Formats: sequence, C-alpha cells, structure tokens
Amino acid sequence: MAQTLRVPGSHDLRRVIGDGEAIPDGEVEGLEERDLLELYRSMVLLRTYDERSVVFHRQGRIGTYAIFWNHEAMQAGSAYALEREDWIFPSYRESAIGLLRGMPVSTVLSWWRGHPAGWWNPLDYNVASICVPIGTHVPHAAGLAWGKKLRGESSCAVAYFGDGATSEGSFHEGANFAGVMRAPLILFCNNNQWAISTPLSAQTAAETLADKAVGYGIPGVRVDGCDVLAVFEATRDAVARARAGEGPTFIEAVSYRTAPHATADDPRAYIDLERVEEEKRRECLGRYEAYLRRAGVLSDELAESTRAEAAEALRSGIAAAEEEPPADVGLVFEHAYAAPPASFAAELAELRELLGE
Amino acid sequence: MSELTLVEAINDAFHTELARDDSVLVMGEDVGRAGGVFRATAGLRDKFGAERCVDTPLAEAGILGAAVGLCMAGWRPVCEMQYDAFSYPCLDQLITHVGRYRWRTRGAMDFPLVVRMPYGGGVRAPELHDDSPEAYYAHTPGVKVAIPSTPADAKGLLAAAIRDPDPVIVLEPKLHYRTMRGDVPAGEHVVALGRARVARDGDDATIVAYGSMVPVAEAAAELLAEEAAVEVLDIRTLKPLDEEALLESVGKTGRAVIVQEAPRTAGYGAELAAILAEKAMLDLRAPVIRVTGYDVPYPYWQIEDAYMPSVERVVAAVRKTLEF
Ligand SMILES: Cc1ncc(C[n+]2csc(CCOP(=O)(O)OP(=O)(O)O)c2C)c(N)n1
Ligand SMILES: [Mg+2]
Repeated sequence: MAQTLRVPGSHDLRRVIGDGEAIPDGEVEGLEERDLLELYRSMVLLRTYDERSVVFHRQGRIGTYAIFWNHEAMQAGSAYALEREDWIFPSYRESAIGLLRGMPVSTVLSWWRGHPAGWWNPLDYNVASICVPIGTHVPHAAGLAWGKKLRGESSCAVAYFGDGATSEGSFHEGANFAGVMRAPLILFCNNNQWAISTPLSAQTAAETLADKAVGYGIPGVRVDGCDVLAVFEATRDAVARARAGEGPTFIEAVSYRTAPHATADDPRAYIDLERVEEEKRRECLGRYEAYLRRAGVLSDELAESTRAEAAEALRSGIAAAEEEPPADVGLVFEHAYAAPPASFAAELAELRELLGE
Repeated sequence: MSELTLVEAINDAFHTELARDDSVLVMGEDVGRAGGVFRATAGLRDKFGAERCVDTPLAEAGILGAAVGLCMAGWRPVCEMQYDAFSYPCLDQLITHVGRYRWRTRGAMDFPLVVRMPYGGGVRAPELHDDSPEAYYAHTPGVKVAIPSTPADAKGLLAAAIRDPDPVIVLEPKLHYRTMRGDVPAGEHVVALGRARVARDGDDATIVAYGSMVPVAEAAAELLAEEAAVEVLDIRTLKPLDEEALLESVGKTGRAVIVQEAPRTAGYGAELAAILAEKAMLDLRAPVIRVTGYDVPYPYWQIEDAYMPSVERVVAAVRKTLEF
C-alpha cells in the first residue's frame, strides 16, 4: 500500500475485518492460513495471560498489574510484522509482549511479582526492559534504530506507548530525532483513548494523534486497533519503509480501554460505563475469532485446544514463578555498577548480620 | 479537631486553602475527574470547578513550566506530580527557571507555586514508584522543601507552602497516606516552614529524621527506652532548615544518628552531618552516624525491605554512638 503524508483532519481508520453484516471482510495479501492461526494463538495467549493475571492479583500472587484486555490485537498484530532481529521497546502496557518472542510466562509474572527473575536480558529476545516512566523509551528506540542503521544492519525497532505519552517531551524528542536521522523506527501508539482518568480530549487539541506525524516529516497512519489484520498490515508497511531506508512511521492504533488502568484503579468515578459495555462487545479477540470462523479457518476444536494450551501455559507459568527461590538480599547491591564501590561489601555484611543471616 | 488519615489531611488543606484564596489553582495528571490517584484532590473539581482543579496533559515539564507562566498571570498554582520518580521530567524547569526566576527579575516578581508529590518506598509497587528524590530538590537554589510526617503537619505544611511567596516542593510519605491517622485541626491550619518538631524527648542521643523515617526513628527510640532516653527530631522542612533546633538537640544529647530513606551519597543526611561537623564539634561525644538507603536503584519489591533503613539498623546505629 502506498504511503503518503496524511492530510490533517481525515479520520479514516484502516480496517480489514468486517462485521459479518454490512461491512465485508477483507484480506491481507500474503497472509496464509498458518499465519492467520499463528496470530490467533498469539492473541489467545495474551488474552489468557491478562485474564489470569487479574485473578492472580486478586489472589495476592502478583502485585499491582496493568491490564491490557482489548489491546491484544495491537500487540500481536504489530509484533507479527517483525523479524526476530527487530527490537521491541514495550511500556508497562505491553509487559507480556515478550511471550511472542518465546519469553517464559514465569518471567513476565515474576516482574509483576517484584522478583528479580522478571528482569530479563533484552539481548535474549531483542525486547528492551519494560518502561514505566511514560514515553521515556521513545528516544531509546530511536537511538537503537539509528545505531543499527549506522552499522549497516537491516533491523528496525518498534516503540510502544499510549495516547497520553504523546504529550510528553520525550515522545516528541524521540520522534523528531528518528525523523531527522531517518531511523528505521515504528512509533506505535496504542490509542486506548484514556490516560488513567484523562480522556483523549483533555490530552490533545489535535483531531487525530496521527496528525502529529506531519510535524516530524514522517507518515502517520491510523488503524483500527481492535482489528489485528489491519494492525499487522500497517506495521508490515512501516517495516518495509524502515528497511528500505525511508525512515520512521507513526502508527495510531485506535482502540478503547475497557478495563481499569491497572488493578489499583477504580474507573467508575470517571468512565462512561455504557460506552465500556459497547466497546466490550466489539473487543478484538471476539472479532478476530468471528472473522476466522467466517473464513472457515477456525473450528470449535481448534479454538478449544488453543485456549487450553494457553491456559496450561499460565498454569505452569505461575507455578514456575512461585517456585523461584526467594531473592537473596545481596542482589540489592548487584548490577548497579560493573565494578561495585568498595563500600558495598561492608554494607552487605552489616545488613546480613542484622538480618541474622 | 478531627481524626484524619495523612492523605485526608492534605485534601482538607486543599479545601481550606482554595476556599480562602481564589487565586489558588490545582493542576496535574488525574487530579480532577479522578480526584488524584491517591485521592488527595478529591472533591475539588466538583466544589471549585474544572478551571481551579485542572486535569492536565501528561507532561510534567509542561505542568511546571506552565505553572511559572500562571504565576506571572497572578495565579498560585499547586502542581501534583503523580509519583516521586515521575517528577523527573520537571527537573529541567525546576532548575533552569523555577529556582531562578525571582532572582532573574531582581526580586520584582514572585513565583508562589507549589509542587507536591507522594514519595518513598515500602508499597510493593513496580519500578520507579518508590524514590526519595528530596536531595535533587533541596540542592536547587531558590526553592524550599518540606516533608511532613504526620497528618496535622501534612495539612499545615501544605497550607504554608501555598501561602509562601517562593516555590515550595512538598514530598508526602505515600506509605503512610492511608495507614497513618492523627488529629488534625479543623479550618485554617498553618505550620510555618523552617521549624523542626521534637517528636520525642530525650537527653542521651538524637535521631534526626523526616517524612517516612520519623515513625522508624520513633520505633527505634521506643525499643531503646530501657537503655537510653533518645530524642527524635522531625526536621519537617529541609530548606530552610531549622538549624537552631538541630544544634539545640544535639547540643543537649551529644550524639546524633541521621536517618534518610534516599541513597546515601550526597543525600540530605550528608548536609545535616556537615552542619553538625561545622557547628557542633565541641558538643559531640560520638561521631555522627547516617543510616540511609544504599547507592543503588531502588530494588525489586520482594527485597525492598532490605534496602529500607529499618528499626534494627537505626537501633544498631544509636547503640554505636552510645557505646562510643
Ligand atoms: C513520566 C510519567 N508520568 C506519570 C506517570 C504515571 N502514569 C502511569 S500510566 C499513566 C497514563 C498513561 O496513559 P497512556 O500514555 O495513554 O497509556 P495507557 O496507560 O493508556 O496504555 C500515567 C499518568 C508515569 N508512569 N510516568
Ligand atoms: Mg491510553
């Protein structure tokens, strides 16, 4: 699909999945049945991870957790357009995206359990550490993409961030940097229309977030973020541009946050519950499942076995996370420096003595 | 007088100060519709309107920079940073402008703004929800820094900060937001900036602390009660510091243990220790000891307790000064 600079104010969302009625189903060129089912497996795994995590939180088995229900299409669709050598820079909302790169479930659960086993080596998966301060990883992704280009490598990077993040200075500086350096970067904005209690209308006066791309001299595209195939296609186009040396692309994937911001949040004070119910009815996994069934690709048995597989991954994942031995307090002093200051040894010895170790 | 939690006391201060002075304006992420993620600003939007309790875009440098401009337009903005570590994007504005603008105008203009934020650890939260950044603030010329440790002081210091002609940073111990209750004077209640508080009387040694470390110091003093009478000095305002109270207490006891949750090197405790070295040399009967966090990023929460200055660490330090 040809990319052009967006005209500010146009609101069309790229869409592939129909509604089974008035809107016909489309197709993505080059995606075979096996790809369609792989995308399905990814979404089911993420959905299961998310739903189980909310339960684990209630049971006190993980700490505060940032729910990503109805964000699975954005994560699975975009990640599937990447090669293994490409880098992913997740925010807390994409905490489990590493699962799509073979990261163990127990690793991600350990992160939310505040256990060091959750702090993975980014080089193992080409997935950077989870970024908690909003938007601050965008310049990192720009730098990595630029650096790969300088080295003559063909890999690119994706930075994930929310609608609220587009208000941060770091987002702006990173996007601008990537534009100027023509860095092979995909700026992937999960526009779930809320930043905790702040609606998009209080976040920006721009008509669309994709409009912001104009200011960086890069293309901005809008897709239906609950349409995994549209997300995949838009990301694939952006990756192709990046590899062809044409620089970054901003993707605004529009969805809706139907869950609380995180387990500690009570959205009843600010959210329109009717709208939430409406959005839940068009949630991304159900829509994709219906599409696959209409296409004759997904049977009841396959859906059932896919869900069972994911459920089992979560069962064994939480068991493995809970079997991690308690972290040694010595870890407090490790890894901040390549060569720790001499004082650390004495401080640790004193601490161990006080703890009776 | 009513019994309130620490965060309710802050909310009480807001209701009182916004009613008292209609140039006071509250701004920050999620302070309006949601009333703040800790509910410190609950009810303000309904009572005073969306223009005096403003949900801002997600942009800390923008919030503080806009607050500078709001001051120029005659407002007294009170900015919320959602968490300690999320205030860092605002440091640029703080250092390059907030702390310098009065000086730049040769005293012609006031910048009566407040930045308040929950700070500190112990809450089993994901990364960067646990920092103690007071030294960055205290190190910045032109701004004042206050850290309450009780509900009454949380109300009184915030009121003082709002009324002060200079920029004031208020760090609030989030660990005690909802768990600490205490009597809080109703209506207008101001605790003057720059005045320490003797939280516990004693003649044998002084524990100097602020914010979340005051209860730790008090617990340590209680544990030591049979061995020694330990004074706890809650300094409340880091800048300007109540040097007189510090020197008076240590002059009396001759022994000082300074407790801070923040990392050790160049922390605020070093400042307190330096003042004692400069001005209390002849009163000291033992070396000043600091009990602090370590020079590491705040750890994974499963082992955060090992990082925190514990009652045991404070007790051990006090004993060391007593036995010196
Ligand atoms: C620099 C910074 N400021 C504030 C916060 C607190 N905070 C956490 S999530 C959030 C809202 C983020 O909204 P958005 O960017 O839309 O992403 P979403 O959570 O919706 O995925 C805020 C304000 C933070 N993490 N980092
Ligand atoms: Mg959002």
